Amino acid sequence: MKNNPPKRPLQFLRWFCREDYLDEIEGDLTEVFIKQAETHPRKAKWKFAWSVIKYFRPEFLKSFKNHQPNAYGMYKSYFKIGWRNLVRNNGYSVINIGGLAIGMAVAMFIGLWVNDEISFNKNHTNYADIAQVRYSNFDQSTHTTGGSDGVPLPMGAVLKDTYKQNFKHVLMAWWLGDYSLTAGENQLTAKGEFIEPEVIDMLSLKMLRGSNHALADPHSIILSQTLAETIFGATDPINKTLRIDNNFDVKVTGVYEDLPRNSKFGEVHFFSPWDLWVSANNWIKDSANDWNNSSFNIYIQKHPHVSYEGIDNAIKDIYYKPVARADINHKKVALLYPMSQWHLYSEFKDGRPAGGRITFVWLFGTVGFFVLFLACINFMNLSTARSEKRAKEVGIRKAIGSAKEALIFQFLIESFLVVLLAFVLTLILVTISFPWFNELAGKKLSIPFTNPIFWLASLTFVTLTGFLAGLYPSFYLSTFQPVKVLKGAIRVGRFASLPRKVLVVVQFTVSVVLIIGTILVYQQIQYASNRPIGYNREGLLTLPINDPGYKGKPDVIKNELLNTGVVEDMALSSNTMTKSNRHLSGFNWPGKDPEKEASFNCVDVSYGFGKMVGWQIIAGRDFSEALSTDSTTIIINETAATYLNLKNPIGEFITTRGGQSLQIVGVVKDMVMDSPYEPVKRGIYFLDKNYVAARQIIIKINPTVSAAEALPEIEAIFKKIVPSASFDYKFVDDLYANKFSQEQRIGKLATFFAILAIFISCLGLIGLASFIAEQRTKEIGVRKILGATVTNLWQMLCKDFVTLIMISCLIATPIAYSLMNGWLQKYTYRTEISWWVFVATALGTFCITLLTISYQAVKAARMNPVNSLKSE
Amino acid sequence: MKKYQLGEFEEIVMLTIAILYKEAYGVAIKNEIESRLKRNVSMGAMHTALVRLEDKGYIRSHDGEPTEERMGRPKKYFQVTALGKRAMEYSRETRNALWGAIPDVSPNVKFS
Repeated sequence: MKNNPPKRPLQFLRWFCREDYLDEIEGDLTEVFIKQAETHPRKAKWKFAWSVIKYFRPEFLKSFKNHQPNAYGMYKSYFKIGWRNLVRNNGYSVINIGGLAIGMAVAMFIGLWVNDEISFNKNHTNYADIAQVRYSNFDQSTHTTGGSDGVPLPMGAVLKDTYKQNFKHVLMAWWLGDYSLTAGENQLTAKGEFIEPEVIDMLSLKMLRGSNHALADPHSIILSQTLAETIFGATDPINKTLRIDNNFDVKVTGVYEDLPRNSKFGEVHFFSPWDLWVSANNWIKDSANDWNNSSFNIYIQKHPHVSYEGIDNAIKDIYYKPVARADINHKKVALLYPMSQWHLYSEFKDGRPAGGRITFVWLFGTVGFFVLFLACINFMNLSTARSEKRAKEVGIRKAIGSAKEALIFQFLIESFLVVLLAFVLTLILVTISFPWFNELAGKKLSIPFTNPIFWLASLTFVTLTGFLAGLYPSFYLSTFQPVKVLKGAIRVGRFASLPRKVLVVVQFTVSVVLIIGTILVYQQIQYASNRPIGYNREGLLTLPINDPGYKGKPDVIKNELLNTGVVEDMALSSNTMTKSNRHLSGFNWPGKDPEKEASFNCVDVSYGFGKMVGWQIIAGRDFSEALSTDSTTIIINETAATYLNLKNPIGEFITTRGGQSLQIVGVVKDMVMDSPYEPVKRGIYFLDKNYVAARQIIIKINPTVSAAEALPEIEAIFKKIVPSASFDYKFVDDLYANKFSQEQRIGKLATFFAILAIFISCLGLIGLASFIAEQRTKEIGVRKILGATVTNLWQMLCKDFVTLIMISCLIATPIAYSLMNGWLQKYTYRTEISWWVFVATALGTFCITLLTISYQAVKAARMNPVNSLKSE
Repeated sequence: MKKYQLGEFEEIVMLTIAILYKEAYGVAIKNEIESRLKRNVSMGAMHTALVRLEDKGYIRSHDGEPTEERMGRPKKYFQVTALGKRAMEYSRETRNALWGAIPDVSPNVKFS
């Protein structure tokens, strides 16, 4: 082989030379070369190269433009062949397209959801520059850092004055709230915001009527289009008068286009000037210099060129510099909370935004990707499995001159065909199941058919999926060697099916992890909801004391309620049954270690509270109306009793920070008031004889009466005694159940995904099993003739798959364990991860798998060997 | 206007093709010219000439059998066409006519 012409010049020649001359030129040059190479091999090479270069002249150059022949016919043929293949193997096609469509539908739902989540508030032009002012502070009694978006009124003036170079707008605002609007006879409730007039510019409201200065007059209001139409119908709303909360009159000066639903102000339907709110609430004027009254909101829009970090650094000491304006002990730090974080980072850790819905965006994004990935794996598996059937086709195509690239292209086109069909099916599926999805996700989404970006995204998505799914099969198939393939069936060795097996293992690993995850989420919910809560929440109603009219009335209300017979008992408390919010520190007791923390969760209760909610006294006694000394007694819970570390706490005294001495008269079982996943806080129950600290009225409905019957009667009494207060009751049961809502939602979604995952995986298995049975038809026939029973054959066909599933379970167990262990760490009160979950999941997966493949296996095993052997 | 376009090198190539008759293909032509005229012939130049001659219709070509020494490439054989023959004759006649027109007064004209 020494005498071959040098490669590179030859390649160069072939690249530029006209095809009708190439053979001749190459032949001539080769002939000369070979002759010369016999004597001067090195010189011959140089000469060859030089000759090639000399051929590089216009006569021999091929035309580089329009060189491609018209390939339309070829593409047409690809589509035709692809379509025929789909139709002929309709079973596989259904599995393939169906599986892929489900995967894509899930991905599309999640994509739309994620898009909705991350596009929150983005409709505002000044999205990047708008922020709310917050503060964080360090609470010395609990050693925790908290914070709030309620800030003092004078801060606004300081920001507008001292720090004005940073801000385009600094707007004082009240909290978003519901207000009643009255126009003549019409009355309705709408969410609104009292804020300074520049809000129109800041939120880039699109004014349909009125100018951008529509809120300049203090007695003005601008309405959303929807609200304007609801109140005034077709008539012109401008200059009409409205009455807010039956308290003050305003004139409509503008109508703005509705804000999209995924905006913080999406539910707000009117804006009114801040000055109006101030003039209607006298106490606000008194707070003008009060740095300790954190009751106000401040929204800012910064200049684009200043950074949030810069402003944060500048204003962090606003409470204490240049003069100490607030209590130094609270260590308050002001900071900005940018609009981009309002929605996705709504949970705070140490006073700073630190997560929230962003977790779910990631979680669901990952899961959606995996479900789609499973569907793609199906496609790959079925395509490569069927490749042996198409090996002859590939062989012939190659033999008659199809290049490898062309084959890759052909198989990619087939995969695109499948993906496109699946996409159409996806659109149908998604359209049908959208209402259901909206309910599950708590959204109002729809397919944005008219949005070009949606189609662009879908196109990218289809291309990507087609590519992902078709890549492996097309590269695998196109590497077949025509000689081998045409000589006979390809037996590419023991490892040919290895990639396929790996894919099945991956698929089932993902499914098993999802199943285990789902079971554990439900176990955790179950565990927490079965937790003994220490009181009986059945039939308990709670309503806030939110009106001065309640003063001095509780006893009257109680008597009236008891007289109706629908109420068993009523009591008052300083907080609802489901939330503790008062932590006092500085307690002292005999034998206290001076280093020991001395804060307790304190609840003030009226007489009869304990009896009504059914707390369980494990030592001592309840408060007694008969003993007048009981106003200086307390009852503690079990956790507190353990914490105090007294031999016999009953009768012992503990002293408050103020020096008051309180006697412990009873110990009750822990009552779960806060998170059902957290340990109960050490608590002290004080007797609140004169309802000084009472904030909640708690009512127990007579168990023999239904809530629907009792509620109207109770409401009637409240309306009679305190007419100004709204009857804003909640069931303790519901409040408690709310604590599980997030976990319930994760649970539901996890179930949904796990079912889909196992379903898609099984679809793939059906395809594979039927294929393998078909491939081994002859073998099965011969075995049957030699005496194999159906059971033998069934075992033989199932063995491979069962091994794969076993491997998947082995891989999935540690992955699921570490993932779920991480998730459970969030909860202090958590279920144990027990081994049976893994065993049960493995067994369940085995059963489903066996059922899936048995159908195919038994079908193949029962075939008459005569039929399978005579066919060729 | 010239009746027949034929350059000097082209003429040599055509003559060689005629000499080789049935064996006239690229390398053979090159070797023949090189051995008879003792001059180096570049493959590219020769090929260009062949292409031009074929374009003018003076020669035609046909593919031969692929051979071992050319690593499976077929030889391309050339043949002088009738038009080509006339062109050669024309060229020869014009030269002869010119030769004939040289007067005898200068018998020792040196041609080098």
